[in-house]
Order: sequence, then C-alpha cells, then structure tokens
Amino acid sequence: MFKYFIQVKNFSDVLILKIFVCIKQVPGVAEVKIDPKTNTLIREGIPSIVNPHDKHAIELAVSLREKYSGEVIALSMGPPQAEKALREALAMGVDIAYLLTDRAFAGADTLATSHTLALGIKKLLKGTQENEKYLVICGTQAIDGDTAQVGPELAEELNIPQITYVLKFELRGKDMIRVERAFRAEEVVVIETKLPALISVLKEINKPRNPGIKGMVNAYSKKQVIYLTAEDLGVDNKEIGLNGSQTEVWRIFIPQRKGQHIMLEGTIEEMSQSLCNNLKEDKII
Amino acid sequence: MVIMDFALTDKQKMIRKLTREFAEEYITPVAEESDRKQELDPTVMEKMKELNYFGSCIPEEYGGAGLHDDTISFAIITEEIGRVDASWAITTGVHCSVCAYPVYKYGTEEQKKKFLIPLAKGEKIGAFLLTEANAGSDAGGVQMTAEKDGEEWILNGSKIFATNGGIADTMLVVAKSGEKDSRKELTVFIVNKDTPGYSVGVKEDKLGCRASNTSELVFDNVRVPDHQILGNIGGGFKLGLQILDYGRIIIAAQCLGLAQACLEESIKYSNEREQFGTKIANFQGIQWKIADIATGVESARLLTYKAGWLCDQGRPYGLAGSMAKLVASEAAMNAAHQAVQIHGGYGLMKAYPVERYFRDAKLGEIYEGTSEIQRMVIANHMLRKR
Repeated sequence: MFKYFIQVKNFSDVLILKIFVCIKQVPGVAEVKIDPKTNTLIREGIPSIVNPHDKHAIELAVSLREKYSGEVIALSMGPPQAEKALREALAMGVDIAYLLTDRAFAGADTLATSHTLALGIKKLLKGTQENEKYLVICGTQAIDGDTAQVGPELAEELNIPQITYVLKFELRGKDMIRVERAFRAEEVVVIETKLPALISVLKEINKPRNPGIKGMVNAYSKKQVIYLTAEDLGVDNKEIGLNGSQTEVWRIFIPQRKGQHIMLEGTIEEMSQSLCNNLKEDKII
Repeated sequence: MVIMDFALTDKQKMIRKLTREFAEEYITPVAEESDRKQELDPTVMEKMKELNYFGSCIPEEYGGAGLHDDTISFAIITEEIGRVDASWAITTGVHCSVCAYPVYKYGTEEQKKKFLIPLAKGEKIGAFLLTEANAGSDAGGVQMTAEKDGEEWILNGSKIFATNGGIADTMLVVAKSGEKDSRKELTVFIVNKDTPGYSVGVKEDKLGCRASNTSELVFDNVRVPDHQILGNIGGGFKLGLQILDYGRIIIAAQCLGLAQACLEESIKYSNEREQFGTKIANFQGIQWKIADIATGVESARLLTYKAGWLCDQGRPYGLAGSMAKLVASEAAMNAAHQAVQIHGGYGLMKAYPVERYFRDAKLGEIYEGTSEIQRMVIANHMLRKR
C-alpha cells in the first residue's frame, strides 16, 4: 500500500463550530424499476430511506461533535416527505435540520442542486464571525443517481477546498483536517487542509450508529426541521430547479445484458480443461 | 369534520423502522443460540441498555427515553423486538412496564430518584413479584408476609416463576401486610437484591422463551424500610392489578410481534416450498391458514394500539388491555401452530425459526393473567360494570 502525503496549509487556533451534513432521501432499493412509457422511476410502494452513504456522513459529523464541540446541521433539498430522512438524521444526533423545499427546486440536476445547497449553507453562515470555520460532509454518492457530483460541485459553489472518497478523518489542531483518501486500487493519499473544507465520505469510514429510543423521541419532540423556500434563499428562479440545470435526462433504461456466461462444473482439473477448450474454440488462445 | 385516524404518526413509523433495524442487526443473529443456551446475549444486553430499551416508557428527567405519554410507541418497540425474539421483548417489556413504570407512576420523588433512575438507565434490571406456589391466577392468595418492626418491615416467604427474577436488581414485591375485617391486606414493597436474607432459588427450565430468565426468589427475614413501600400500606391488591393492567398492553405487543413473525415466515415458506409441481402458496388449504393468521395479527394489532391509545388519552384502558392481551396471545399461539403446520416436517426442526416461535407462543396465554383470567376480567366489565 502506497501513501502519498500532501500538506496544504498551516495550523491556526480557530475552533470548528459548524458541521454541515448534506443528505438525500432515496428509494430503499438498489435496483429501482423504470416505467417504460414515461422513462421515470417507479417510486410507488418503495419505502424511502436516507441514502446509505449519507448515514456515514452523519455518523462522522455527530462523532466529531461528541469528541470536540460545535453544532451539526443537516441539510437536504427535496420534497416535503424528505423531512422523514432529516428526522432520522436528528435521531442519530444531528442538532438541527433544514429542508430546502420549493416547487421551483424540482427537476434540478446536480449543478442546480449543489447551487441550492450552497445558498442554504451561505444563508446559515450569515452573521457568523469571519474566522468561524466550518466543515461540510457529504456521502460520496447517492444510490439512485450515483453521480457523486453534488459534493464536489458544492465545494466549488462555496469556494472551499474539497477532498472526496474519504476513508479516514482526523482533526488536527483547531482548524486543520487530515484525511486519507482512496486513490486508485490499493492506494491511499493522505491530505491535510485548512477549514473551511468539504469532504465526501466512503462507507469504510465508520459504522453508522443505531439511534437510541431517546434520540428517536427527541427527533420529533425537541428538535426542529426548518423549511426553507426559494424565497427564503433569495434566489433567482433561473438558477434553480429545471431552469438552473445544465443537463437534461433524455431516457432512463436498464441496459440489455450482452453476452452469456457459462457455468463450469466438476473438479478443478476438469473445469480448467473445459475452460481451456472453450477459450481455444473461441480463438482467444 | 374530525375523521377517525388509524394511521401511525411519522414518529411512530420511524420508531418502528429503526427498532426493526436494530432488532434484525443485533438480536436475530443470536436468537437461536440464546434459546439454546437459556441465556440473554450479553452484547445485546449492553447495546439495549445504551439505546434506552430499558427506559423507553420513562420520562427523560428520570433517565428514560420519554415514551411515558406514547404507549403506542412503547408497544411498537416491544412488538418489533418480539418479532425477532420473544425472550428479549419479555425481558425489556416486563422490566419497563411492571417495574420501572409503576415506580414512575406511583412512587414518591425519593423512590424515583433512588430506584427509577438506575432502572430507566438500564443500570439495574427490574422485576415484579406476585406469583407464589399457591397464588397464581388467584392473586389474593399471596402468603408472603410483611411484618412491621419499628420503621421497617420484615418479609418472609418465596415467589416463583418471576420473569427476570434471577437477573433482577430491583423488585416490586407483593406481600401480605396484615388483615382488616378478616380480609387479607397486601402491600407492594420495593426491594433491592443486595438486601440481607434475599436469595435467588431455582432457575426454571422452560418450554419456550428460554433465554428469558424465570426464577424462584426466597425472602428470609428481609428487612425493608417504610419508605420503600410503593403506594399505600394495604393498597397492594388494587395497585398490583393496576400495574398488571398497564403491563398487559405490553404483553399483547410482545405476542403481536411473535404472531407477525409467524405470518412472515409462513408467507415466505409457502412461496418457496413446492409440492405436487407448484408452490404450496397456490393451495387453498395453505391460503386459508395464512388468511387466518393475518386476520389474527391485525385484530391483535388494532386492540393493542387501541389500549395504548386509551392509556395515552387518560381514559380507562383495563378492559381494552385485557382484550388485547387475550386476542394477541391467542393469535400468536394460533399463528405459531399454523406456521409450523405450513412448514410441515421442517417446522419441527431448529433450522427454521417457527420451531422456536411455537414454543415461545404458549407463554403468552399464561403469564400476566391466563386467557381464562382475561375472560374473567372482561366478563366482569360486561356483567358487573366494575
């Protein structure tokens, strides 16, 4: 295993005060069905869940808050029912949640989504001290769209450093982070950077906690999910939703399976022999 | 217009989902082994303490999770735990509903601070001791004595079939404290296990719910101070019944979870197993069994949640609780019986969970008031307007 070491900036004495976790509510199955007529996902009867990667982001955020101090804020852009995903984040220990929800946000691609999330974060940062450092944590990708784009785009929108595919995280000093990032097969890059920064995490980073009953109760009785609309964000409708999207989905389809597989049976010798025969027949060897 | 609403709240749905995730991750993998070893898994025990399963129905100020005003959620938690392992649902259900909750509901502030907080945090395990060799369904037949001696009471006698008995640290003990007009007077005492003269007797080797601890407990001149009386001196019979009223909702939920598990296993198996060239789910004989199990499950669920709802509304829930316990325990027994039948020979084998469900189900019809006692309670409500 190779380890690259990159040091970006120096230490200083500012505390982390805010950790933003961006989460997405997704259909609870890995392979969703597609309506062949409308080319859209069939969501009926499929329970919604918190995107599995995002649970690791929540776990990291909450464990950092427990270890140091500060506030964990969850954000999600989505329809009103995405509140349930945010409540689950609250049950896991997130302090407060914001749901960016508006008809004008609908149809957003990753760019419009990250733009909207960035506006939300900027709004929540307003009024905080200039030297206040923050960390944004995202799951690497969502199991529905699988683009892994929102995290990096969000960092660009916020104009802060980004480190993706994070396997290990460490807070060093007061505003430096050191992370191990997955890089090619079997390789890890160690990167340090100064806050504010955005990281997107892989599942290997931790095991998300099972919320206790107290956490579940408090998620509804003591903690809040605050709704923010396009108007609250003070955003031009051209920048958000379908209007703000630079990409358009033409068609969604399940790819046709190409080729066939052959199962070989017998002892190892027999299977090796028939494999060689097959490869010879196909003129591969 | 107000519309009657059977839907669970988002909070209750989340509690079900997350409890199920926990139960399937931690309890399911060790359930069969725990049954075989007749022991609760220590890792699960630690995890359940950490996640507030021992304080679900106690307010946060006393170390609990805050479901004291949401009995439906408490029932859902017990149902979900009971769906994977009846033994655990019994352990936490009994601890919470007939030990910790009564201390919260009827205890003095001092008792709550001293006994309730450690119970709710899971630092101490609780039990409710009523049953004796000659006092089963006839709860008034209690022979354990409590004699006044200065500012203390001396308890003598023994209790049997105590759920959690062998693992309990804090017990509510029903004893005969005197007689008035030639009628026996009972009193409930809070007793710590480290009190001299107290000892654990035989641990029972049971048909089902084998991981749950059931023990005999012996009291030999156990001295308990006045301030450890729960409620009033002589008020123990009535208090005991009130405690059981609440407990029955939770027993119903435990049975409901077991019935639900039988339903799910039956559906799964009948969609896999092929006989006569087709899945056995295609046979009407199997379909009717599944229809009956499902109807039993739903009846049990409606009655259990309704009893919980009445309790949360501050309305009388004794009757509904008895009905829920009766229907749910019989639904579970029938579901387990039919689930094994659907599984045929495989249903008798330990490789399939229905074998355990079948053994576990019977307890529901017996503990915390047999089905016969429930019918008696219900009939009393009907005929004498108790």
